[in-house]
This record gives sequence, C-alpha cells and structure tokens, in this order.
Amino acid sequence: MSDLSLHTGRSGPLTRLSDWLWRNPRMLILLLLTPPALWLGIIYLGSLFALLAQSFFSIDEFSGLIVYEFTLKTYGELFTPANFDIIVRTVVMAAAVTVAAALISFPIAYYAARYAKGKWKAVFYLGVMLPLWSSYLVKVYSWKLILAKEGILNWLFEILHMKWLLEAYLAIPVIGGNSLSVSWTGTFLVFLYVWLPFMVLPIQASLERVPTSMLEASGDLGANPGQSFRYVLLPLALPGVIAGSIFTFSLTLGDYIIPQIVGSSRRFIGQAVYSYQGTAGNIPLAAAFAVVPIVIMGVYLWVAKRKGAFDAL
Amino acid sequence: MHSDRASLGLKIAAGAGLAFMHLPLLLIFIYAFTTEDKSYQWPPPGLTLKWFSVTWSRPDVWEALSLSVRVAAISTAIALVLGTLCAAAVSRTKFFGREAVSLMVILPIALPGIITGISLRSAFNLADIPFSFWTIVLGHATFCVVVVYNNAVARFRRTSGSLIEASMDLGADSFQTFRHVILPNIATALLAGGMLAFALSFDEVIVTTFTAGQQQTLPIWMLEELVRPRQRPVTNVVAMVVVLVTFLPILGAYYLTRGTDTVAGQGK
Repeated sequence: MSDLSLHTGRSGPLTRLSDWLWRNPRMLILLLLTPPALWLGIIYLGSLFALLAQSFFSIDEFSGLIVYEFTLKTYGELFTPANFDIIVRTVVMAAAVTVAAALISFPIAYYAARYAKGKWKAVFYLGVMLPLWSSYLVKVYSWKLILAKEGILNWLFEILHMKWLLEAYLAIPVIGGNSLSVSWTGTFLVFLYVWLPFMVLPIQASLERVPTSMLEASGDLGANPGQSFRYVLLPLALPGVIAGSIFTFSLTLGDYIIPQIVGSSRRFIGQAVYSYQGTAGNIPLAAAFAVVPIVIMGVYLWVAKRKGAFDAL
Repeated sequence: MHSDRASLGLKIAAGAGLAFMHLPLLLIFIYAFTTEDKSYQWPPPGLTLKWFSVTWSRPDVWEALSLSVRVAAISTAIALVLGTLCAAAVSRTKFFGREAVSLMVILPIALPGIITGISLRSAFNLADIPFSFWTIVLGHATFCVVVVYNNAVARFRRTSGSLIEASMDLGADSFQTFRHVILPNIATALLAGGMLAFALSFDEVIVTTFTAGQQQTLPIWMLEELVRPRQRPVTNVVAMVVVLVTFLPILGAYYLTRGTDTVAGQGK
C-alpha cells in the first residue's frame, strides 16, 4: 500500500494516517469506538453504577443522612409490607397490560402482515407508527380528556342509558373507584393505550416471516382454522409476542407519570423511586427500588433470549 | 384461515384496534377549538379559533418550545456522530466485545427511563454539577444514540464492502472513501435516524424531569399542566401542535427509508 502511494505521488500526513489505518484495522475500530464508548461508558454506565452502589448504603433514621457503609438493610426495607405491596401491584399491572396489549395487537399485526397489500400496507404501517411516535404526554392528556367526569366516555354512557352499568363497574373493589379517572381501570387503560404500538410491531415482524404455505399445509392435513392457529401460527408468532412484551412490561414497570395523572393514591414502583429520591431524600432506598425493575427485566430478558425473541426485534 | 380473504371477524378486530390507537389523538384536535375553558366538557359547547392567538402570544410557551428545539438539535447532532461511529465499528468487522457494545448502546432505552434519570441526577449531585442546558443535553444524547445506531447499522449491512475496497483500489484514501463512497450510501439512513432522534428528544419527559432543574422544556411545561391544570385551552392547542409537529419527522423518516428491508423507527 505504501509502495503504491509513492507511485501515485500521494503524500501528506492525512494520507499517511489513512494508509496506516488501512493496514491496522484494529486501530481503526478502536478509534471509531473510543468516542461513543467514552460517552456511554462514563456518562451512562458510570452514573448507573454509582446509583446502584448507593443501594448498598443506608440512611440514618434520626439525622436523615446517608451512612456510607456497606449494608443490605436497605434491600431488607423493600420487603416491608408497604413496599412489597408496591412491587406486587406494579408487576400485576405490567402483566395485565402486557396480556391485554398482546390480545389487541394480534389481529392488527396479523391483518397487516398477511392481508394488507400495497396502499393498505402503508396505511397499517403508518397507522401504528404515528401513535407510537406521538408525544407521550399528549397521549396521556387525551385520556385525561376522555376519562374526565364531564368527558366523552361518561357522556357516551349517558346517552346510551348505560350509566348504571358504569356505576356498577366502579362499585367493584380494587379495580373501581370514585370515577374512572381515579381508578386502576383508568390507569390500566392509559398504560394499554400508550404502550400498545410497541406490541404490534414485533408481532407483525414475526408474522411476516410465517410462510403462507405452512398454514395451507396445516389446512390440507385437516386442521380447522382454530387448530391451525393454536398449533402452527401461535408457536411461530410467539417470539414476536415475547419481544413486544419486553417493551410493554419494562415500560409499565418504570413509569411514574401515568399513575400520578390517572389513578388512585396507591403507588407504583416508579412513583416510589421518584418520591424517595426527591422529597424524602432517601437515595439508598430509591436506588434499591430502582434495582427491582432491573432484576425483573434481567430475568425476563434471559427467558426471552432462550425463547428466541431477539430474532423478532 | 388459509383463504386469501380476511374473515369479517379479523377485519373488525384489526379495524377496531387501529381506531383505538387513533381516536384519542383525534379528540385532541377537537378540544383545541372548544369555547369551554374551565372543564373538559364534552361535547364542546361551541367552537372558536380564539385560543390559537392566545397561545401565540404566550411567552412561556415560546420559551419552552425554544429550549426544547435547541436541546433536540444539539442532542441529535451528538447522537449522529456517536451512533454512526458505533455502527461503522460494529458492522465492519467482528471483534471481541462487539455484543457488549451493542448492548451498551441499547441499554439506555431498554431500562426504564426513570433509572436513567435518577442515575444522572445523583451523578450530577455527587460531582457537584449544577443543572444547565448541557445537563439536559447529556441525558438526551445518551438515549438518542440508539436510534441513529439502529438506522445506520441496518444500512451498513446492506452496503457492500467491495464498494469500499474498489474505492481504495482506485487510489482514494480512507477520508476520500468516506466522503465520496460511504457517506452518500448512508446519508438517507442518517437523515432518517436524525429525524427520529430529534422527535425522541423533543418529546422526552421522564429523564428530563431529573436533569432540567428549574428549566422548562415543552414536555415539562405540559406535565405541569397535566398535574395542575390552570390554562386548559392553551394546553389543548399546544397538545395539538405537538402532535402535528411530531408527525412530520415520522412521515419524513418513513419516506426516506421506504423500500429498504428495515424501515426506520421500529426500535423506538
């Protein structure tokens, strides 16, 4: 290479640097990676580990100051009834949102993957993309409008003369409440709405890869549509469902804004983290709480990887 | 199930699903014109354009908007550089730790935003860094890298390595090859990634609440209104404008990457 550059009359430090990089591809990789690795390594991983380290400290109950000594006491506090309730509640909510999102997404994804052609393909694609990328807060806000006492949902129940049905539903303990906007049902609806597009895309991606001939073969061999779905389509689409569930589950676990705006006063993990680090100033407990979604997601991702979900991302 | 026509049940379920995703957004558009300013009354008692001019003359909305745009622009620029470098390294060769690099890029978006947020905040506290424009940018650029990275990696994978070799064989050095061969090939992918990164940063609220201090980006302004509604009509108008503004980069990114096997934006 250097011989050639002599012949063609190329010289100058830039050319020499370029030739040197060409001969040393490892150095090129190193140079390419250094800036992003420094940025993400120092700013992101650095602060993440600093936070996690703080979960092994504890807070002095009298002075309210952080005691910088290694202890597992803060993790123990996670298992007091009040805190453990928060964790269970959040995980149940995340699971419910994930299941509902999968049920609603499947027909959309299936239609888009198998039947939508040409223009309709684009309509379905953008139809999922636009809500996915629309402002998170605007989406939450739209539900505040819908669920408000004077809002459209109550109005609909009223003109359909179904007000009694809504009231009977709200009278159910746990999922009901004074009105939809301060009930868990409200929180659930908003979570479902906001994370739904994250479920549709991976399911659609995995369904696109199911050859039509497989379903035809299943039918030819005597399976009815239900059986084809149960024994052929669903197993092949499962990686996509799991990939989507990673998003819906993880996003629900960490959110603190939705339950604060639409929901009851009973808190979720995100709200607990937020209030412990803020007004309470109990960074160690906030950090320990933050570890909970990380651990849950770690286990979840490990299982998902074994099921082959990452090929569908 | 094996016919070429969808069953009626499937059509209804798919249509209803799409409607569920879009009707709430449409509702925002109607509320922007309502004459009611004390409650979220439905149906609107009347329609008016008054709130658009009221919003137009609000300095706090303009300041928040300007901060959001500046933060998004700088964060996108940083993410473009870092994301492209990472993608170039990962897609060109297999090297030790390649998986770790892609994991590190994806992590800020895979973990809940609140974790990124309080990590950064406690790190700023430990290092005695006061909140400023740059603390917001620091957070935003970190999670924007992944969007650019995803788009660039997909394009690098489709760009044949022999193009680069041919350019070098014809006497171009690495920089000329980058300028005249690689850049034109990946330009649309970078543009699409940049647009999505901009949209992501422009809309971000969870990390921003931890890194902004007293400053107000547009999402933070909206969050305040959501928690304590004081000026509902102005919020309605801002919400509608935000929806319209975020649609533009998404449509743009879609048309730029259409026809390639990976379309932009799938991995938000």
